[in-house]
Amino acid sequence: MKELSELVFPNDRKYSQEHEWAKLEGDKVVVGISDFAQDRLGSVVFVEMPQVGAKFSKGDECGTLESTKAVSEIFIPVSGEVVAVNTELEQSPGLVNEDPYSAGWIVEVKPENPAEFDGLLNRDQYVEMLQGME
Amino acid sequence: MRYLPHTDDEIREMLEVVGNRDLDELFAGVPEGCRRKEALRLPGPLTEWELNEHMAALAREPAVSPDYQVYLGAGSYEHHIPESVSYLLGRSEFSTSYTPYQPEVSQGTLQAIYEYQSLMCRLLGMEVANASLYDGASALAEAVLMAIRITGKGTVALSNAINPSYRQVVRTYLSPTGYAVKELPYLQDGRTDMTSVQGVTDLAAVVLQSPNFFGCVEELQQGAQAAHSEGALFVTAFSEPLAYGLFKNPGGQDADIVCGEGQSFGMPRSFGGPGLGILAGRMAHVRNLPGRLVGLTKDLDGKRGFVLTLATREQHIRREKATSNICTNNSLCALNAAMYLASVGGTGLRELALLNRDKCEYLKRELTAAGFPVTFSGPTFNEFVCELPSAVHRRLLQKKIVAGLPLGRYYPELEGHSLICVTEVRTRAQMDTLIKELRS
Repeated sequence: MKELSELVFPNDRKYSQEHEWAKLEGDKVVVGISDFAQDRLGSVVFVEMPQVGAKFSKGDECGTLESTKAVSEIFIPVSGEVVAVNTELEQSPGLVNEDPYSAGWIVEVKPENPAEFDGLLNRDQYVEMLQGME
Repeated sequence: MRYLPHTDDEIREMLEVVGNRDLDELFAGVPEGCRRKEALRLPGPLTEWELNEHMAALAREPAVSPDYQVYLGAGSYEHHIPESVSYLLGRSEFSTSYTPYQPEVSQGTLQAIYEYQSLMCRLLGMEVANASLYDGASALAEAVLMAIRITGKGTVALSNAINPSYRQVVRTYLSPTGYAVKELPYLQDGRTDMTSVQGVTDLAAVVLQSPNFFGCVEELQQGAQAAHSEGALFVTAFSEPLAYGLFKNPGGQDADIVCGEGQSFGMPRSFGGPGLGILAGRMAHVRNLPGRLVGLTKDLDGKRGFVLTLATREQHIRREKATSNICTNNSLCALNAAMYLASVGGTGLRELALLNRDKCEYLKRELTAAGFPVTFSGPTFNEFVCELPSAVHRRLLQKKIVAGLPLGRYYPELEGHSLICVTEVRTRAQMDTLIKELRS
């Protein structure tokens, strides 16, 4: 496990208290897990993703991440319909560890309520929350 | 370790700590009707020789082989157990070992489980089998829950021709969940009416047993089509796996999950237990498969090794979200089955299955000729239903013949019918005696 100072948290997106990131791309929100989450989880060996078309409310479990030592749920940070899932992860689940903010994205959602996105934590708030946990 | 019940002093001391005056006060939370008022009335102690005689007298009471000719099957089958199996299984390396909790140091145990899993996959035509479960009934309940998890739907259609005890266990498992069970009726030929599956909403699984409780071989391919056209998984169960030494296996007929009882493979009947729960599926669903799973891998030096794999499905890691919290690996029984299949061999299994089928066909023919017609026209393996009034059943019992299982208790409409089983151990002479008694 790395120290907080060694982890990366880009400023171009929001974060949830459950360690997902959400990035606005046009009218869609792309979701993945933070550098902190992937580091604490360890090597991801399997990603269970939702069906495209499935609808979720903010905070719902939309999939699971399985590492060599644990299984964690993926909680959707905004309500909406899944419009795409990262099929690359079926063959290469390790992308979640290697490149959590880009190639390791998990689902793309068409949000129902833009206010939910605005209500997520920004980078500094998220880092502050992590510091509080240490 | 000595086992001594608590002394009065200890009880007093403990009551003081928890702050109760006496035991009645301590147990006040237990409903009145569940508490015993007076002391247990147990018989006095016996000498060792008196105890031996007592046990022998108890053992003489039930109507069992070899004193009786037993035509009972119905989920527990009298098969010959090769001496090699009894000898090997009795070795302390096997009979005293427990499922390893530091698994990788127990390569022998893991290899034995791996061999068992591989044999089950071959027998059933499936891609992956777990390390075993308790018995056929709990394996079916787990298969049904697995289908519910995979499909995300909440209704399961169970054939009415599935062993009634298995269906009861499924209902027990599902009773606190809110999932629904729909029963599919059986037809005049003793097989399941697949048209009744049509239009059932929210269907997670269609479940058939083959050979079914009446001994009839189901049309599995049709069952698979019916299930899949409703967007459900096709689950097949069995209580007599020996049938797959002869008949086309469920995997070859598009079953998604296969489950059943393995007692036939070298396990004595022993009042109905212990059994062996067999559960097999497709690799696409492996993460939803409950129970332990042994895999084959290579170590750092490139040498072959066995490991417990995909353990994140299991309760010690996934806790309340595990694929099952009511399962264990029935390791010794699984090893028993692997030893049995290795002793019998592929060709032997087929020959043995043929012998069961042929002997059963002989008795069907002779019973029909004697005026006790076979009830269902569907093809059978080593069990069938025939008309046999209960008075005849009782008369034969006096002659030390247990003429199958009267079905009225399970199916009121089949009062006066019996489920008869004939395995390889029944001789032609015995069957001729049965017919002679029936004609007299």
